[in-house]
Order: sequence, then C-alpha cells, then structure tokens
Amino acid sequence: MNNSKSIRIFVLGVLFLLMVASGCKKKENPPPPPPPPKAPTATLSANPSSIQAGQSATLTWSTENATDVALDGNKVDPSGSQTVSPAQTTTYHLTAKGAGGTQEATAQVSVAPKPTPTPTPAPTPPPITDEQLFAQMVKDIYFDYDKAELRPDAQQALAQAAQIIKQKGWRVQIEGNADERGSTEYNLALGERRADSAKQALIQGGVSPDALKTISYGKEKPVCNESNEDCWQRNRRDHFTLLH
Amino acid sequence: MLRRTKTHVAILCFLLWLPLTRVMAQDWIKTGTNRGAPIRLAVPDFKPTGTDAQNDPLLSVFNQTLWSDLDNAGIFEMVAKSFYPLQSPSTPNEMKLDAWGNPPVNAAMVAFGNLGVAAGKVDVQGWLYDAKNPSFPQVLGKQYKEDATPDNARLIAHRFADEIIFRLGGGIPGIAESRIYFVSNRSGNKEIWSMDYDGANQKQLTKHGDIALSPRISPDGSRLAFSGLTKDSWQIMMFSLDLGRTVAFPRNSGDNFSPAWSSDGAKIAFSSTMHSGLSEIFIADASGAGARRLSTGKGDVSPVFNPKTNGQIAWVSGRTGLPQIYVMDADGSNVQRMTDQGYAVSPAWSPNGLLLAFAWVRNYGPGILGGADIYLMDIASRQIVQLTHDGGRNDFPSWSPDGRHIVFQSNRSGTEQVWSVLADGTHLTQLTRQGRNSQPNWSFK
Repeated sequence: MNNSKSIRIFVLGVLFLLMVASGCKKKENPPPPPPPPKAPTATLSANPSSIQAGQSATLTWSTENATDVALDGNKVDPSGSQTVSPAQTTTYHLTAKGAGGTQEATAQVSVAPKPTPTPTPAPTPPPITDEQLFAQMVKDIYFDYDKAELRPDAQQALAQAAQIIKQKGWRVQIEGNADERGSTEYNLALGERRADSAKQALIQGGVSPDALKTISYGKEKPVCNESNEDCWQRNRRDHFTLLH
Repeated sequence: MLRRTKTHVAILCFLLWLPLTRVMAQDWIKTGTNRGAPIRLAVPDFKPTGTDAQNDPLLSVFNQTLWSDLDNAGIFEMVAKSFYPLQSPSTPNEMKLDAWGNPPVNAAMVAFGNLGVAAGKVDVQGWLYDAKNPSFPQVLGKQYKEDATPDNARLIAHRFADEIIFRLGGGIPGIAESRIYFVSNRSGNKEIWSMDYDGANQKQLTKHGDIALSPRISPDGSRLAFSGLTKDSWQIMMFSLDLGRTVAFPRNSGDNFSPAWSSDGAKIAFSSTMHSGLSEIFIADASGAGARRLSTGKGDVSPVFNPKTNGQIAWVSGRTGLPQIYVMDADGSNVQRMTDQGYAVSPAWSPNGLLLAFAWVRNYGPGILGGADIYLMDIASRQIVQLTHDGGRNDFPSWSPDGRHIVFQSNRSGTEQVWSVLADGTHLTQLTRQGRNSQPNWSFK
C-alpha cells in the first residue's frame, strides 16, 4: 500500500517538472529565421586517370546540398561510383543542382591506344631449376656422317658448356647417337666415339673426368624417324643429361 | 632376270672353283651348294591310316613341312607332283618302283609313308627308297610316335627330313630341327624371339623391358647371350632356355655389347668401353669372368670366332674411317684387314671355317649409301661373291649349322624382316612378317 502511493506521487512530480521545463524553454529561445540555402558542392575523380584501350576506370563522385545530380546528363545518386571503359580519352561532367545553385565537376580519363604485340621476344625468365639452366646451357651437338670428330661450332658450344658444368659442379651423362643408315652394332661403337669426343672436349675445358659419364644409344633412340638428310642430321648427335 | 642368271652362274663358278683350288675343300661345298648334280627326289603325300578327326589336319601339316624341308635343303631336285603315278604307296608292299624310277617321274629317290592318329597319339611310318636299285631299294625305314599335336606333326616331319638329308647329303646333319633367334619389336620394345628354321613357331623369349639386341645362342643351345640396355649402360646378359628366364652374368663398367660364343662354348668375345671409353674387343670365360682386351681400335665391334678352330676372331673396326672387316688370332696378335673399301660390317664365319659372310656397301660414296648386300669371302684367297642383289639394306648374315643356308635381315619388303637364302643365292624365303625383326642368329645345331 505505501509503495504504490509514493510511486504515484513521484510520477506526478516528474510530469510537472517536465511541463515547467518545456514551458520555460519556449519562452527563452524564439525560433531563428530560416538560413539562406547553401550552395551545392561537387567533386568527381577518375581512378586510374589514364588507361589503355580495353581497360576500365572507376569514376567516384560526391556532392552536398544538391537535389539533382547528373553525370553527363544521366541522373545519378548524390554520391556514388561507376565503372567506365571509354575507347578514347573522355572528359566526364558531374552536375549538382540544389536550392543554392549549380556546381559542376569534371574528370578526365585518358586512353592510350592498345600496344601492338611486339615481335621482340620477351626476355626469358631466369631459370628456376638446374634442369632448366642445364637445358639452356648444354645443348645437343651434331656430327657429319660416320664421323665422330667435333665440328667447330660444337667445339665452341662445349667450351662454354664446360664453364657452367664446372661452376655448378654438375655430373653429366653424354649420350652418343647415330642415324638409321649404318649397321646396328657398328652404330653403337660410333655413338661411343661421338660421346667420347664431347667428353674429351669438356675435360679440356676443365671439367673433371669423374663428373662425366658416356653411353651410346647407336640408332636405337632417334629423335626423328624420317628417311631424309634433315632427319639423319638431327639424329647424328650427342645429347647431354644432368645426373643427380 | 638376265642379271640374276648371270649372278647364279658367277656364284656357281665361284663355288665350283673353290674345291679345285683348295684340295682340303670341305664336303658342303661339293655336295651342298654345288648345284651341278642335285638328286631327283619324289615325295608323294603320306597317306592317312586312321579315321580320327585329327588325322587330316595333322597329315596336312606333316606333308607340307616334309616337302618344304626337303625343298629347302638345297641338295635335291624335287620332282613336281604332277608327274607322279596316280597310285602312291603308303607302305613298301604298295611300292611299284618302276613307275617312280622311269620317265616321266625319273626319280632317283622316293620318300613315302603313312600317318595315323589313334588314342591321342600320332604314328608316322616313313621310308626312303632308291628307285634305281630294285634289288635293295630301301635306304631308310623310320617310325615315329608322339602326342597328336600339330607341333609334333611338324617335329616328326623335320626329323624324317633330317634323316633323309643326312643320308643323301654327304653325312652332314640336316637343319630342320635348328632354330633361329632374332630381335623383334612386336611386343612394343625390342626383345629376343625364337622361331623354327622355317619361320614356324615364333615366340618371345626375353622380357627385358628395355632394348635387347644381338642375340647369340650358345653352341649347346641352352643359353642365349644378348646386349641389354640397363638404366645406365649396355651389359652382356644371359638368358637360360632351360629356366626360361635371364640368369646372373657379371657386369662390366662402361658399355658392353655384341657378344659371340666360341664353338666349344668355353669363351665369350664381346665389345666393351670398359678400358678406354671407346669400344674394343674383349674375350672372357663363358661365365663372364677373366675379361681381357684383345684389340685397341677406335670403334671395334661385332666379334665372331672361327668355329672350326676357335683360334681366330673376325670383327669390325672403324680405325681407318668407314668400318672394315678384320681378322686376328684369338690372343689379339696377327691382325689382318680383310676388306679394303666401302662400308663392311657384321661378319659371320661359316661352320667349316673357310668363308666369311658379311654385309657390305661396296661402292660407298656420297648419295649412294643404302644398298648394303650380303657377300661371301673365301678367307684364304680373299675371293668375294655377292649373295643378295638390289634388295634394300641387307645385314647380319648368320650361317645355318650345315653351312648351306644363310639367314639375314633385309628391308626389301619395306620393313626390316628376317629372310633366309641358300648359300648359292637361290631359295630366298621371308621368315617373319609381324612387326620389325632383325639380327637373326642361327643355332649351332
């Protein structure tokens, strides 16, 4: 009983105080005159501001105090963004209209013509593995018919190969091959001579004999199977394999 | 045709000339490939003696095989069946000798008999009669009994043919039961295969899984040496025909290939890079132990023993440029160069020790390479005759045990295949057709 009576008195008191307070405020702060409408602001940017044909850029804008915002004549939100992909250099116009006037902003996206693919070979990426480096630096060498003597170009190639083999401490298998015309068994012997010629040249270039192993495949492992001089030449070769 | 005839005349003259100039000429030259006096032989089809369902098919296999063996032997003039009397004998008491010994048959010899299948066995009776000797006509009378299979019908025909050839061919055993070993790629990679001498019964021996080359059967026929490519090198490998698998054989350093047996089975010669990195000829015990170097050439390969003496080895060397045939004593001394031009490889020594067969591009020069042919050289006189003509690349000759035949590889049909030919250049026969087949090697017996 006592409780409910004191709650009722408290509530009435609060209501009275609120009525007094609001009555007093109205009397002390008369409403000010409406402010003059503010002039609208507008910003527009393009990112990136220069592209290549076919690429796209993002236009970003923001406005304040505008009731009517248009991008190149199309009504848009007061602030926003849009992706554009102009074919040539274009200037975009943002118009923001409001009670306080009109504001414009521009942004230019400059477009560079698509580069024509250049015939110059892209520089080969640096080799990642020893195998790739090996394949680049130690290439097949070729022989004349029934000959195991090194041609001058093969001698040069082997002198360079010797440097990298030595530097990397590689172990290398030299594989002698022959074309299809000779006899099976004699071609094995000929392949041994071809492999040995390369081995001697690499040793002369400073490679340790222990790092070099030879094998002949005779005419058993051709890279080309046609019966013409071009194909035979490609099969009269030493191939090099990196050993692990 | 004219060229072929001229060639035959040339070979005939060569073979006839040999015995005249060489008092010690071997029998096979006179009775074997000397085509001057072939024996006229009539071989009427054997007759059936049973009613078993297998009788006819086995009889057909038998008759074909017997005819082909005798025809291939190179010592008979086979009388065409169209001349035969209507009634052919199946037993001696049906034999009317006059009808066979007189024209038009005019046979010197008649082989006849019968074949019957009963209770799963095939039973063959065969006779050889001298048609010109009515008093004592029987030269041979033989009976054979085996399980009734086509293979056994063929085997019996081979055995009976060999008896006839042995009796009429100057006492030299026939070759109908000999075998030929060769390289074939028909399993997908090069493996060693074998076949009967006439191309029948072809089967794969090795399952090496990588390249297998240069099969060489041991003199007793129990082991087959070959060159096998392993993970890091070529090695001489040994296949046991008794066990049906590859057996252990010592490895050497470097590459080792082109093995060869001495005819007593005691030694193996081969080519190896173990000493210098270049291939040289080595000789070792048949076990592979005790290898020692015989030659010091650049690119020495393809050794072969003189099978008569085992005291000499012929081989191929590129020491002066293009490969040539050389001969040395089996201790490496007394090196002689046998060919002096062209591209000469793959020597094969005849069983009597007198001849070398080899493959030769005789007139090698720019643009004309490609026509390797098989040639025969009389070692003592260095006289040479050409055996094959105008037929693509021919290589790897190997002699039959009787010295009357040569088997070789040729691409004359478009792909490499194995062919056989009589040593006088006749009876050219293609033995393989499936896949590519090369490097044939004829058994010692």
